[in-house]
Amino acid sequence: MTRFLALLLLLIAAPACAQAPSPYEKFASDNYSDIDAGVAGLAASGDPRAGDILAALSDGRLFYRPADKTLFIKQGPALSDARTGAPAPADDGLKLVRANTRIRRAIEAAQGQLNLASPNAGRRREAADAVFKARDVAALPALDAALARETDASVKRTLTEARAAVLLVKPGTSEGDRLSAIPPIQARGDGDAMGALRGLSADPSEAVRAAAAKGIAAIETKLALLNAAQNVWYGVSLGSVLLLAAIGLAITFGVMGVINMAHGEMVMLGAYTTFLVQELIRAKAPGLFGWSLAISIPCAFVVAGAVGVLIERFIIRFLYGRPLETLLATFGVSLALQQTVRSIFGPTNREVGAPAFMSGAFDLFGLSVTLGRMWIVAFSIAVFFGLMFVLRKTSFGLKTRAVTQNRRMAAAMGIRTPYVDAMTFGLGSGIAGIAGVALSQIDNVSPNLGQSYIIDSFLVVVFGGVGSLWGTLVAALTLGVANKLAEPYFGAVLAKIGMLVFIILFIQKRPRGLFALKGRAVES
Amino acid sequence: MARTRLIDPKGWIFLAALAAICVIVPLLNLGFPPGSALHLPTYLVSLFGKYLAFALLALALDLVWGFCGILSLGHGAFFALGGYAMGMYLMRQIGSRGVYGNPILPDFMVFLNYKDLPWYWLGFDHFAFAALMVLAVPGLLGFVFGWLAFRSRVTGVYLSIITQALTYALMLAFFRNDMGLGGNNGLTDFKDLLGFNVQAQGFRVSIFVATGVALAIGYLIARFMTVSAYGKILIAVRDAESRTRFLGYRPEHFKTLAFTISAMMAGVAGALYVPQVGIINPGEFAPTNSIEAVIWVAVGGRGTLVGAALGAVVVNYAKTVLTGVMPDAWLFALGALFVVVTLFLPRGIVGTAMEKFGGRRAAATLPPEPEIPPQLAEEGQGS
Amino acid sequence: MSMAETLPPVTQQGLELGPANRKKTTGALLYLDDLKVTFDGYRALRGLSLSLDRNEMRAIIGPNGAGKTTMMDCVTGKTRPDTGTALFDGTHDLLKLDEPAIADLGIGRKFQKPTVFESHTVADNILLALKGPRAGVASLFGWRNRVEAESIDEILTVVGLLPHRMRPAADLSHGQKQWLEIGMLLAQDPKLLLVDEPVAGMTDAETEATAILLRTIAKDHAVVVVEHDMAFVRALGCRVTCLHEGAVLAEGSIDSVSADPRVVEVYLGR
Repeated sequence: MTRFLALLLLLIAAPACAQAPSPYEKFASDNYSDIDAGVAGLAASGDPRAGDILAALSDGRLFYRPADKTLFIKQGPALSDARTGAPAPADDGLKLVRANTRIRRAIEAAQGQLNLASPNAGRRREAADAVFKARDVAALPALDAALARETDASVKRTLTEARAAVLLVKPGTSEGDRLSAIPPIQARGDGDAMGALRGLSADPSEAVRAAAAKGIAAIETKLALLNAAQNVWYGVSLGSVLLLAAIGLAITFGVMGVINMAHGEMVMLGAYTTFLVQELIRAKAPGLFGWSLAISIPCAFVVAGAVGVLIERFIIRFLYGRPLETLLATFGVSLALQQTVRSIFGPTNREVGAPAFMSGAFDLFGLSVTLGRMWIVAFSIAVFFGLMFVLRKTSFGLKTRAVTQNRRMAAAMGIRTPYVDAMTFGLGSGIAGIAGVALSQIDNVSPNLGQSYIIDSFLVVVFGGVGSLWGTLVAALTLGVANKLAEPYFGAVLAKIGMLVFIILFIQKRPRGLFALKGRAVES
Repeated sequence: MARTRLIDPKGWIFLAALAAICVIVPLLNLGFPPGSALHLPTYLVSLFGKYLAFALLALALDLVWGFCGILSLGHGAFFALGGYAMGMYLMRQIGSRGVYGNPILPDFMVFLNYKDLPWYWLGFDHFAFAALMVLAVPGLLGFVFGWLAFRSRVTGVYLSIITQALTYALMLAFFRNDMGLGGNNGLTDFKDLLGFNVQAQGFRVSIFVATGVALAIGYLIARFMTVSAYGKILIAVRDAESRTRFLGYRPEHFKTLAFTISAMMAGVAGALYVPQVGIINPGEFAPTNSIEAVIWVAVGGRGTLVGAALGAVVVNYAKTVLTGVMPDAWLFALGALFVVVTLFLPRGIVGTAMEKFGGRRAAATLPPEPEIPPQLAEEGQGS
Repeated sequence: MSMAETLPPVTQQGLELGPANRKKTTGALLYLDDLKVTFDGYRALRGLSLSLDRNEMRAIIGPNGAGKTTMMDCVTGKTRPDTGTALFDGTHDLLKLDEPAIADLGIGRKFQKPTVFESHTVADNILLALKGPRAGVASLFGWRNRVEAESIDEILTVVGLLPHRMRPAADLSHGQKQWLEIGMLLAQDPKLLLVDEPVAGMTDAETEATAILLRTIAKDHAVVVVEHDMAFVRALGCRVTCLHEGAVLAEGSIDSVSADPRVVEVYLGR
């Protein structure tokens, strides 16, 4: 207990700390109690070198010279003075400062307290958080001291929470203090806060128990909402992936009526294009790596689009009006493309790197949002509206719609329908390639990449209503969110199976999908 | 009324050829000792038996695709379900000879800490029950799925897509350990069937012959269906579904019946396949397998039955040879086959032969090849 | 395959309509009242009403888009009107039945574009149309497999296709397909025949023969004929209804209708 008392004294006299007698001599001892006291003293001293000294002690690199009780830190073969950090000559007469379990625990606590006094606000908050989680009664004095001098509001809040949590477990806290400790913890509102309040279930005071129960209920509600919101976000994220995979298909299948089973392979080609672009950048211009995805997008569009145009010109063109035959022929193409990529790049996964802006996460009102996912959501929405713009507002889009609505009339008006067919198919395939760029960030880039998306993509388009871009958007998001909301209850596989069964049944009910086109032309 | 004969010349050729290999293959295997130039190794007998099982699957697919225009991309599901029903029987026959020696529970269940046999395994220790399930499970699924889809008039590519989704969903389900059907590894390490050791030469030959007989029976059933008035209506439904409604027919009834029978045939094919390859796992549900079966039918000639069986054997033989010689080339070859057949040989081998040698009339009931894409001639019926 | 199919149509109908509606509300064979159909904002029928007696023949004329085919679609169950009444034989609500059920009541249809089963021979086309049980299992083992050639040949003789009986229907000329479809209607032996443009693509002699055939059929069947060929309509010698913009414009004898100034204005031309 000496340690705490000493600490308490020292902390209360915080401004005087720097002038207090040096704790360093305490280390020059074989007595664990002395060393313990030294650790406590060092923690309270606020000495900027305290962290290094404690780390050295913990690692068994702290030595003392019995003659003058000077402390040294050994770093490899080099020796330095612990207090000043200045290099010191080698000395054979040094003795190791030993640490046992008790000392180690003291070091951990001290390190936490040192952080409470750190000039960095982030470190202080982390330290306060650590105290909250550990609910270490020993840290109470340090907390009080830190609270007294804290100026940053958010750190202050965390410190208050930590102090409240510690008060709750500290024996002998008065009922009034216990009661007033509950609201800050409830306000914190996470799993740890709930744990802290659960500890009060055996509290002798009924008022405290009731307040704690109320606090727990409030936190539970908040957590449930947060959890749901988090799942919705995951769902939106999954939905945007589905949208990316399906949106090219919404053109080739939805607008042109062509069943392209090689659609997934267009996505795969886009992903491999990204891989190649990155390899090239790594080899030739490493500085551009941050731009690798931006550079890959047009490349993937061109590669996949060109392959699409080739497929249209050499195969699909001869099969218009025979959807089932188109399905089989393009499936053959998909097999050949997969094998081609497998022969060139090998069957194993290829590593596609993430530029800095894609990695990391941030916290949004308690939701954890990974940057990579956020960019994919944004990207898929951008692609969607870009495509919408091309189809609605450009002359190419006008021609495409004209050809799909009445081919003969369009031809009679001078539109080169074969050209429009090829370009439309190329557009759909190119967009699949762009999707591949995004998917390379979240999925394994392997020859089978496309296969895993093809069934989902078709279902999204059919569910949304063939020919309706909005339908594809709504379908992708609905399925994504529904899938993620179901996952916690049924597990990922069952949720997926449930989604498939749902769509199979839904198509029975509405064979034309959510946003069906009406009218006589569609019926025949 | 001049009726189409149940067995036409190509049918006789087919049945005769089938009878011949059912005699010759056992003879070459059992009649000549190993080492003799004429000896046929047992593993080849099982390989041929596998081809015949695939031929039955192709026949089942042709019944629905060739005669009623239902391009099922999920027939592998029925095949696999039949296979699982047989596999469950074979698992129960292992008894206490498994690694863990549990007389009731198959090894994988002991491994996964099952206490009791799940309810759906009950009865599978009886061959008769398992045989019934080989027909009933695929049949029931085919009936329910077909009835729902055809009643709602889901046709064409929509139907193809949801059949694919069906087999995909089943694949995911069967991969789960909780399904109680061996998960990833499926069912394997079979010991005996009806008391015969499944590894024994005699058994291998017998099951080969049984598969040949099943194929012949399947052919006769399919043929009986398609030459009857029922088959004519089926073809009418394929070519002009809405017109048959105005004649008072309910296409969904005709399609559901054909789909159910076809699913059962596929189930039998799967059940005969499993003892010959010694394993059934969820990979059999993979959508790719189902699509591959479609190309067998396309190669042989859809709407010809005989062609479907022939196509299955030819394509699978090519697969065996090619994957042996240069494994990388097989997928290229298969991919090219899909493209070439759809573009240049839409009637398949047998269909093309029928057109060439049998004339216009012989080929009349084959699925039509639209000369002008409907998109190009889209006035339709209404005004 | 299902119970419903083997039940007589009236029972099936009675179950759906309930006792209150079973009473005959009209003596007409076909009674249409205030039918309205909208396609994507386009009003194809705007309150069409029509009544047809037993064994009556009626010719329907009118410009393109007048709603002639849409009317037939409503009667045969292909299109569901937004509102209106369509009764057959006074008791059957056609708007609650689907195509096969309506065909089963005894309403047969010939399409504007001849729609026959092209893969099948001419004889098989007739075979499939022959009146009789329509169930799946019945067709697998039943009566339709044992139909005598004579009963089919009889019909083929009437429509003049006997020499072509074993040819695939796809090989027939346009006019012959029209005749085959009429033959299929005969085989169906319905109470009411809806015939959409039966003489399009026929020579004058064939047109004349068709008129005679339809008049023969009309002796014991009700027939509705949609046609543009006024000479043919005149040859039918029946009441004429002129449709315009989804409603009846004029109705009466051929002479009175063709003299009607509104009909002349919108359809016949001055």
